[in-house]
Amino acid sequence: MFSFQQIAQQTHAWLQQHTGSFTVLVECAIVAVFAITLFAVLGLVLVLLERKVAAHIQIRVGPNRVGPAGLLQTVADTLKLLMKEGLVPNLADKFLFNLAPFIVMMVAMLLLAPVAFARGIQIWDINIGVLYISAISSISVIGILMAGWSSNNKYAMLGAMRSGAQIVSYELSAGFSVLCIVVLSGSLRISDIIAAQENGWWIFKGHIPVLISFVIFIIAVTAETNRAPFDLAEAESELTAGFHTEYSGMRFALFFLAEYINIFIVCAIGATLFFGGWMPLHIAHWEGFNHVMDYIPSSVWFMGKTFALILLIMWFRWTFPRLRVDQLLTLEWKYLLPIGLFNLLLVAIIAIMGWHF
Amino acid sequence: MYSETTIVTPEASQQPLLEGQLVINVGPQHPATHGVLHLVITLEGETIIKIEPHLGYIHRSIEKMSESLTYRQFIYVTSRMDYLSAHINNLACAMCVEKGMQLEVPERAQVIRIIMSELTRIASHELWIGAMAMDLGAFTPFFYTFRERETINDIMEQTCGARLTMNYMVPGGVMYDLHPEFVARVKSFVAQFKSKVSELEDLVTDNIIFRNRTVGVGVLSKEDAISYGCTGPVARASGVDGDIRKRFPYSGYEKLEFEQCIDTAGDSFARYIVRIREMYQSIHIIEQLIDAIPEGDFQAKTKAVIKLPKGEFYTRVETARGELGVYIVSEGATTPYRIKYRSPGFSNLSALNHMAKGSKIGDLMATMGTLDLVIPDIDR
Repeated sequence: MFSFQQIAQQTHAWLQQHTGSFTVLVECAIVAVFAITLFAVLGLVLVLLERKVAAHIQIRVGPNRVGPAGLLQTVADTLKLLMKEGLVPNLADKFLFNLAPFIVMMVAMLLLAPVAFARGIQIWDINIGVLYISAISSISVIGILMAGWSSNNKYAMLGAMRSGAQIVSYELSAGFSVLCIVVLSGSLRISDIIAAQENGWWIFKGHIPVLISFVIFIIAVTAETNRAPFDLAEAESELTAGFHTEYSGMRFALFFLAEYINIFIVCAIGATLFFGGWMPLHIAHWEGFNHVMDYIPSSVWFMGKTFALILLIMWFRWTFPRLRVDQLLTLEWKYLLPIGLFNLLLVAIIAIMGWHF
Repeated sequence: MYSETTIVTPEASQQPLLEGQLVINVGPQHPATHGVLHLVITLEGETIIKIEPHLGYIHRSIEKMSESLTYRQFIYVTSRMDYLSAHINNLACAMCVEKGMQLEVPERAQVIRIIMSELTRIASHELWIGAMAMDLGAFTPFFYTFRERETINDIMEQTCGARLTMNYMVPGGVMYDLHPEFVARVKSFVAQFKSKVSELEDLVTDNIIFRNRTVGVGVLSKEDAISYGCTGPVARASGVDGDIRKRFPYSGYEKLEFEQCIDTAGDSFARYIVRIREMYQSIHIIEQLIDAIPEGDFQAKTKAVIKLPKGEFYTRVETARGELGVYIVSEGATTPYRIKYRSPGFSNLSALNHMAKGSKIGDLMATMGTLDLVIPDIDR
């Protein structure tokens, strides 16, 4: 089978031969260029996808003027935002105001590191991969609070406070459902978790508790990424645009892009933990079937699963009304968290007794 | 650095804010207010302490303007009041003039007027459902309801020549006869409505989040509804049986069989359900009439210049929002001496502070959305 690892090793050897002690630096630069390119492309694709999905749900056509079938619409939007003036409110805390979008963006970029895009394509296979993701993703709330506070705008402030309460709460549920998989796999390393699904994805192997934890995970990450029906932080009918009310031009675009990259990342993590990441659909003891499945490239498997989850989250957005802030917190603290805790116990019992397939 | 911005209102200066309170302005330009309504809201955290509606941003002095317009002309201005029930506004004015002239309206004109009024009511309620769902954060219902509303607008355009400000009702009848395709198109709309309304119920009525957001939110008791002067679906959802079409029938409503939609819960969900049921009733009324439009004149013979005798005339109709009253004082001239409109939106808005006080700011949007405010109707 074609393997990206061979190419990586050959490139590494060639670089070592020609650049000597600077190899690591050059490699870092290559990865950075790769990450930024991926970032931009993903942002453009996801925004267009969202608009097309929304249009389809709402019996409309969606963007169809710029480029063939509207494919260049988001490029045009980005150009427009780049050329716009980035206004800073007069009484804003200018340093924090300018810093906030970059923090949100930086968090999104850092989260790309442990994601395995295909067999052997992973920027950083850190041994605490899942923990790293949980830790880094909670930093984004600082960026949002910073944006809300420094704007010197009451809507922004209310939006940021809502967002803070929401993200901090829902991180617990997301963490517990992720822990279920960690308990089953026995490792925090992303590559180990994927390898543990060699003979079947956890969603099939782990009985009903894993199914429950998947549902909780999807709800929690929808809330964590501030997506409808949990988009209270930017509830436009109540708070105009929430924490980014005062942002314009490219600073706004950074928030916007970061939101979509975050959706991609949480869906990629969901796909990795519950659907085996790039691992093809394998069923234990069905050697012929498994062999056929292996012929589909691993990157196609990964992207397919991730985009299926993204479409699910988009479907939520265009179907549900928004929750109220107290209902949002009630859902987390009274329902999801106790269920998640109990579910983790069940999963632990299953893992200890070896009842999973 | 987070300085308390003081709002320049007499009320704000009289009552200094307590510790932890915050004043925010919703409007005059805000996504939730559907127009230029300005609400000054005092918050404590997310809880509403007080709401003050500030009006006048779209005041066009329609009542004063009408004093210099003839009895034929002033009707056209009223299309711009509650622009979502333009037909019904025009009808109220035409009826008031007819009352003064003691004019009999031909049978055909009366039936056309009722069909147009009920189509307008459906169009208005359709728009309202979409807009309210949008207030609650669901965008999709808006496009579903607009599909039906567009069909009605097309029907209106064919017969009246306009889609929003129709100016179709004139003293003595209607301005033009019906378009030849009118009956067929209305029938096809009725069929379309019946087949598509279930989509809306799936998407909105049975949606658990929608129910959580509206059930028990913004409760208005029957006594309060009466004392604030609420009318229309807002009052009927609180149990007040005040449908003008039933209580003071006009233009031939007394001959029709339809139900007054009353709920007793008085919350936002009841107001929603009442409007949904009203749309079914409107369809029922249209079905009774569409096959039996009588032949004859569509307009009574009137003099070119209308003069009302000296006196005071009052008529009331049920618009999509509630009771619209038209009060004309005539001195016997060709123009009214004074005109006063009793608009439903103004009274319904006055109950908002009572309904939303103490609830969360998210609930305010659900409550305000179900009041179905049309700001030009409130300001005039």
